[in-house]
Amino acid sequence: MSDIESLEQIAKEVRRDILVMLNKSGSGHSGGSLSVTDILVALYFGKIMNYDPHNPEDEERDRLVLSKGHACPALYAVLSKAGYFERDLLWSLRKLGSPLQGHPDSKKLPGIDAATGSLGNGISQAVGMALAAKVLKKKYKVFCIVGDGEMDEGLVYEALNVAGHYKLSNLIVIVDNNGLQIDGKCSDVMNIYPLKDKFDAFNFKTFEIGGHNYKSLLDTLTTAKRNVLKPSAIIARTVKGMGVSFMANKVEYHGVAPSDDELKRALEELK
Amino acid sequence: MEMKATREAYGKALIEIGKNEKVVVLDADLSGSTKSADFKKVYPERFFNMGIAESSMVGTAAGMALSGLKPYASSFAVFVTGRAFEPIRQSICYQNLDVVLCGSHSGISVGEDGGSHQSVADIALMRSLPNMKVVVPCDYNEAFLAVKASLEIEGPLYIRTSRAKSPILTSIDDKFELGKAKILKEGSDTAIVACGMMSYIALEAAKLLEKEGISVAVVNSPSIKPLDEETIFTLSKNVSKIFTLEEHSVIGGLGGAVSEFLSENNPVAIHKIGLEDVFGESGTKDDLFCKYGFTKESVAERIKKKLG
Ligand SMILES: Cc1ncc(C[n+]2csc(CCOP(=O)(O)OP(=O)(O)O)c2C)c(N)n1
Ligand SMILES: [Mg+2]
Repeated sequence: MSDIESLEQIAKEVRRDILVMLNKSGSGHSGGSLSVTDILVALYFGKIMNYDPHNPEDEERDRLVLSKGHACPALYAVLSKAGYFERDLLWSLRKLGSPLQGHPDSKKLPGIDAATGSLGNGISQAVGMALAAKVLKKKYKVFCIVGDGEMDEGLVYEALNVAGHYKLSNLIVIVDNNGLQIDGKCSDVMNIYPLKDKFDAFNFKTFEIGGHNYKSLLDTLTTAKRNVLKPSAIIARTVKGMGVSFMANKVEYHGVAPSDDELKRALEELK
Repeated sequence: MEMKATREAYGKALIEIGKNEKVVVLDADLSGSTKSADFKKVYPERFFNMGIAESSMVGTAAGMALSGLKPYASSFAVFVTGRAFEPIRQSICYQNLDVVLCGSHSGISVGEDGGSHQSVADIALMRSLPNMKVVVPCDYNEAFLAVKASLEIEGPLYIRTSRAKSPILTSIDDKFELGKAKILKEGSDTAIVACGMMSYIALEAAKLLEKEGISVAVVNSPSIKPLDEETIFTLSKNVSKIFTLEEHSVIGGLGGAVSEFLSENNPVAIHKIGLEDVFGESGTKDDLFCKYGFTKESVAERIKKKLG
């Protein structure tokens, strides 16, 4: 198996885990978890991020802030595969007492670098981590994933302004550009385009890539990591609900878990 | 008992008051959840999706009110009060503008989404702002009547609704009056003042206590600000201890309002039942109500213990 084929295999297993988790919990966000899966798999299994699941508090580790926190089932599945915790824990998603909260909680689960859920808040925390690295003279990188709907929030632009102003080259912002939010298409609910021009204007080095293409993901993330002058933004074009035909590009599956029958059909497709 | 969510009433009532052409409705990408989408279906030209941008939504509502419109702006309770607090303070309350804010998915009954999405401090935030009025309806009917009445209410108003269905206690033929509480049940040993779906839990707890020979009055107090001081004062004259019950922190909500009033006017002992200065977490509504003491059994137990 080539490296890329093995990443694709991992992504398939992660997507299966996501769907089973969501089905067992009976609620949660399917669409945005499936769209962000390949980005997370590239980060954690494509030798992009520096992390140690046995030392999740390591001060030198790279940070991952999932600013679109509702997609945490994908992050949980990836973290368990990366060895942060037992896979069985996944099935407790959203249940009383589970460290796998409906939105990521850094106090409850190792591997979660920042608590998110209220959109727009993750990116400011990521900027803070990147600034802290400069103060503390540390070499870690901060990866922050934001939703395209999330880009409606003014707080996002305040954070981008700071990142550009302080030339936070250790910050890599990735937009999961699936084109949908809750009430409909981003372009109908609140137009956020042109995204690339916006990032450029905020003094970012901006890349536009296919967010399910591992070669582009790995090449771009590697280039972005080498950036020394500016923060990087990667606009990753994705499909909400990617991997499951009946969920793909369907706004209805934003915040809905698969039923038993849907799960069966979905797992059939992800064999 | 018929069950319906108070958020459903928001959408239905908006359609009715939408006949008034001054009414405009704003939402922040949650119109299906808050039910403002019901209005959009009937009056699309007066509905504005502001994107996921609660602060700017609230500021925009202020500008519309300054220009003669009657804006209704909604999102989850935690976001519309918390994220947008500053524009609510500066633009709406400071100028005493006619803006209605509706926070849906309030309290911990929103369930599985967890602590990041559960509002435990929204009543306290809104209540502390000059000019703001705060209404927490106990059921669908009361919510419907409150939203309808809001058209005539001057100045800023916050209405808190819930995602979960809850039993209907009041009649659609009742009248909603700001600043008025209602006695749901008479009693002579002690009293519970409650709001939101906790009014139903209070009634049920009172029934349990009744079986043990404890007579408990239950007051539904949807209007937290202004508070029905007369009713609360009279109540406090008849009992030595008052309990408050709300799906909110014990700091600054209904319990806070009742305590502040009675401490100056008739200082009886007040026991606040609510969230004990903690955030919520993920779980089903029922699991969370059990854990945080919002079942009729745990409320009855708490009251029995305190009465000694
Ligand atoms: C401040 C805030 N407002 C509203 C919400 C409710 N909400 C959760 S997800 C979502 C849509 C997000 O869209 P997008 O960022 O595009 O995410 P994706 O499509 O990747 O799921 C909204 C409005 C929230 N979590 N936080
Ligand atoms: Mg999106």
